[in-house]
Amino acid sequence: MTSLAQAVVDSVSLGEGITFWVLAPVALAGALGMVLARNAVHSALMLVTTMFCLAVFYIVQQAPFLGFVQIIVYTGAIMMLFLFVLMLVGRDSSDSVVEVLRGQRLAGLALGLGLAVLLVGAVGSALISVEPIGLAAGGAGAGGNVTGLGALIFTKYLLAFELTSALLITAAMGAMVLAYAQSKGYAKRGQRATVEARLRGEHDRISPLPGPGVFATGNSVAVPAILPDGSIAPESISAIIDATPVQVVDEIAPGARALTDARALTGGRADDDRGARHDAEETS
Amino acid sequence: MTAALLAAELPVVGDATGLGSLAWLLFVLPAIGALVLFVAGRRANAWGHWLGVATVVLSFLLGLAILLETVGLDAAQRTREFTLFDWITVGDALNVEFGLRLDPLSLTFVLLITGVGSLIHIYSVGYMSHDPGRRRFFAQLNLFVAAMLILVLADNFVMLYLGWEGVGLASYLLIGFYQDRPAAATAAKKAFLMNRVGDVGLAIAIFILWTQLGTLQYTEVFENIGQVDTAALVAITVLLLLGACGKSGQFPLQSWLPDAMEGPTPVSALIHAATMVTAGVYLIARSHPIFDLSEAGRLVVALVGVVTLLIGAIIGCAYDDIKKVLAYSTVSQIGYMILAVGLGPAGYALGIFHLLTHGFFKAGLFLGAGSVMHAMHDDVDMRRYGGLARHMPITFVTFGLGYLALIGFPFLSGYFSKDEIIAAAFDQPGWQGYVFGGAALLAAGLTAFYMTRLMLMTFFGEKRWKELRTADGREYHPHESPASMTVPMIVLAFGSVFAGFLLYQGDTLVEWLAPSLGELEELPAAAVPHALTPFLVVGISALGVLTAYLTVGRRRTPVERPERVSLPVRAARRDLYANAVSEALIARPGTWLTRALVYVDNRGVDGVVNGTAALLGGSSGRLRRLQTGFVRSYALSMLGGAVLVIAALLAVRFA
Amino acid sequence: MTPTYYLLLSALLFSIGAVGVLVRRNAIVVFMCIELMLNAVNLTLVTFARINGSLDGQVIAFFVMVVAAAEVVVGLAIIMSIFRTRRTASVDDANLLKY
Repeated sequence: MTSLAQAVVDSVSLGEGITFWVLAPVALAGALGMVLARNAVHSALMLVTTMFCLAVFYIVQQAPFLGFVQIIVYTGAIMMLFLFVLMLVGRDSSDSVVEVLRGQRLAGLALGLGLAVLLVGAVGSALISVEPIGLAAGGAGAGGNVTGLGALIFTKYLLAFELTSALLITAAMGAMVLAYAQSKGYAKRGQRATVEARLRGEHDRISPLPGPGVFATGNSVAVPAILPDGSIAPESISAIIDATPVQVVDEIAPGARALTDARALTGGRADDDRGARHDAEETS
Repeated sequence: MTAALLAAELPVVGDATGLGSLAWLLFVLPAIGALVLFVAGRRANAWGHWLGVATVVLSFLLGLAILLETVGLDAAQRTREFTLFDWITVGDALNVEFGLRLDPLSLTFVLLITGVGSLIHIYSVGYMSHDPGRRRFFAQLNLFVAAMLILVLADNFVMLYLGWEGVGLASYLLIGFYQDRPAAATAAKKAFLMNRVGDVGLAIAIFILWTQLGTLQYTEVFENIGQVDTAALVAITVLLLLGACGKSGQFPLQSWLPDAMEGPTPVSALIHAATMVTAGVYLIARSHPIFDLSEAGRLVVALVGVVTLLIGAIIGCAYDDIKKVLAYSTVSQIGYMILAVGLGPAGYALGIFHLLTHGFFKAGLFLGAGSVMHAMHDDVDMRRYGGLARHMPITFVTFGLGYLALIGFPFLSGYFSKDEIIAAAFDQPGWQGYVFGGAALLAAGLTAFYMTRLMLMTFFGEKRWKELRTADGREYHPHESPASMTVPMIVLAFGSVFAGFLLYQGDTLVEWLAPSLGELEELPAAAVPHALTPFLVVGISALGVLTAYLTVGRRRTPVERPERVSLPVRAARRDLYANAVSEALIARPGTWLTRALVYVDNRGVDGVVNGTAALLGGSSGRLRRLQTGFVRSYALSMLGGAVLVIAALLAVRFA
Repeated sequence: MTPTYYLLLSALLFSIGAVGVLVRRNAIVVFMCIELMLNAVNLTLVTFARINGSLDGQVIAFFVMVVAAAEVVVGLAIIMSIFRTRRTASVDDANLLKY
């Protein structure tokens, strides 16, 4: 193989250097932002930033497969899962600034600093001059990164692979069990029972609300519907959104009502309608 | 005294054969009696006292037989020993046998103990007939006789110590016989504790003997005692004296003896008159080879004897309790005996002589006092007596004979023994003659005074009890005691009268005791000529009798004790402040020390223990606050631990 | 610059994630900090794979990702079920083990 000849130092190229020095601060900033952000969704997005930077680092370090998997699986699936759960659960609960445990922040900071110093010191002093071999040529095995990885996974790390797959199945089942919302204890009512309950007055109204467009003059939720006698139907007023003011049809298009009049088709007596409308106006 | 002369004086020790080999029965019989009576319990209540009497009488008969056998032997062969079994063996260092020594001295004591003991056992049958604890009394009395016999028959110091402790135990039990009286319990404790002080002295003396000589057998000790240096000799003699003081009630350990009168009267007669209190004299007499070598030791002994005989005589003049007067008289008379043995070879035999005669008349006096108490409903206050001579004639006569013997009436037993001691005291060279003799003479006068006072108050004068009532409100009916009580008193009265004369004739006793005690040394007259001494003594005693007659006999004796009295009388009533001094010097500091130790124990020891518990409780109470329940605190500590581990790893890696 | 700098970066990211676990109270944000720590470790593994010239590091990083995914799934399900009963997503409210 050419591995012996390629045991030469795999030096860090200039491009890699620039990539590192640009993206490393970004990753750090993202991490700090995640820790310090008040809003939980902001934290999640900061983490996404950091993960993207890390993916680029993977790609740059001759691990393209891993980089893409990072983006697709980690950022794309796992972080999205985080965001879903945040929406469901934790969006409202933002951390208060006041710390309940005394000295927790200080101790945490101190220990974190200590840990950082230790690790940096250890790494720094141990690997002051290390010459990377690099995966470009020999280490990758024949056929590139993916092939090499596959070869390793299915031969040398086969047991780990099998165990991990069992773990995945278990995790999926566990999640299903845990997240399964217990349904209410009683049996569902049938249609007949529902109608009987409605007629008995256990619901708000006997028949369901009419579909959109029956009484509405516009198809926006904000526009309340108008009853045949020109008054506003109270059921159509949205609880969330302020209703837009409604003009009575007669003022906008004076002749429109006549068009909608059922008797117009029969050429009937206008005075009967007037009487009916008069009665309705009095009572409304 | 040179060692060579000493060796020539030591007797040749032979093996015991014939009756002598049965000598172990002497103490085994009373021991078996004691054991049976203790173990049998209430079942033996009907016949227990007779068993007690029988064992001691049998021992007396056997002792008499052995004595007769020994008299039949040559003077040089009268010292015999034999070993029963090996008792304590510790390698080569310590070898103590359980063996008996039958020589004139021990046989004399055997006869005294068993003889007087038998009489008192018979007396007790009548005296204790109303007491439900009579069986226990006889068991304890038998125990005493057995222990005392072991003491006198021992052939080594350890066995002597065994007997010594045994009589101390029996004394404690018997003084505290009336278990419902707190005063009796206190007196028993006091006796035991003061005995203990003396016992420590004896024990240390034995230890020194062993370290110096490696052996504790009498024969070997006496042979080699010349090798011990002077300082050790003085120590041994003084410590032996300390032991004798404890057991015999000498100064400074004398105050337990009067308190011991809380016990029943037979106990006072047997133990605190005739036998146990003479154990100290026996010890010094037996150890005479040691005392022969130490002049300083003998001087201390004599001084102690002189001080004690004076104290006893002075205090005896001021008491109204008949038994206490007799007790102080005992203290004083044993002081005479101690003085005698402190005079060295000039006095060993005289001390034993006085011991024997004193055993007779003092036991008789105590039994008489018991008889009077029996008649006067157990009342001991002489101020409530008076004119009892007509009502109790036998008691009066025997008591009177004992009284005459005690004060040294010419030709009664006390005359011979006491006068010999005073004469020997006067014969000491230099200042000692004047001091010892003068003190002994003075005490003789005082003895006559207080004994006459006792006689006058009890048997003569007006009958003060006619107007008085007993403690439970009845009239006094003094009557003579039953035969079981009067017969022993009569026997002892005979002894009081004739024993002295018989033993003095032809130096019988002195010659008899010579193998054990050495020859009696006759000193030339020093302070007072020999011929003058008897007249001096009788004269002083007559003076004492006269004084008592004039002060007590001629005047009315008030029933209530007069409180306004002169200083000497006040001091004597407080027994010359002896109890006060020991209370202040020993009892109070002891109590203070005990309280301090209790305090230290409570605060210190308990403090450490409780403090440890409190410390643990407190610290765990504080530590549990670490468990805040917050996950983040736990995470903090986890991170802290991880940082520490990493730091450790790196330190090892890069160090 | 040498690949050592990647290791330093990952050490810093790890520490930041550790501090975040201690300081934040929202359970999901704590979880995200843990994810950050896992990512830092992944970076270390990949860097070492590059340094040593063998693919083992990348395989291990791959497995770490898989396990992290499974862990996130189960963890978030737990948080959701806790939220359903307790209506709170704060880690400070689970303090029943206090003294």
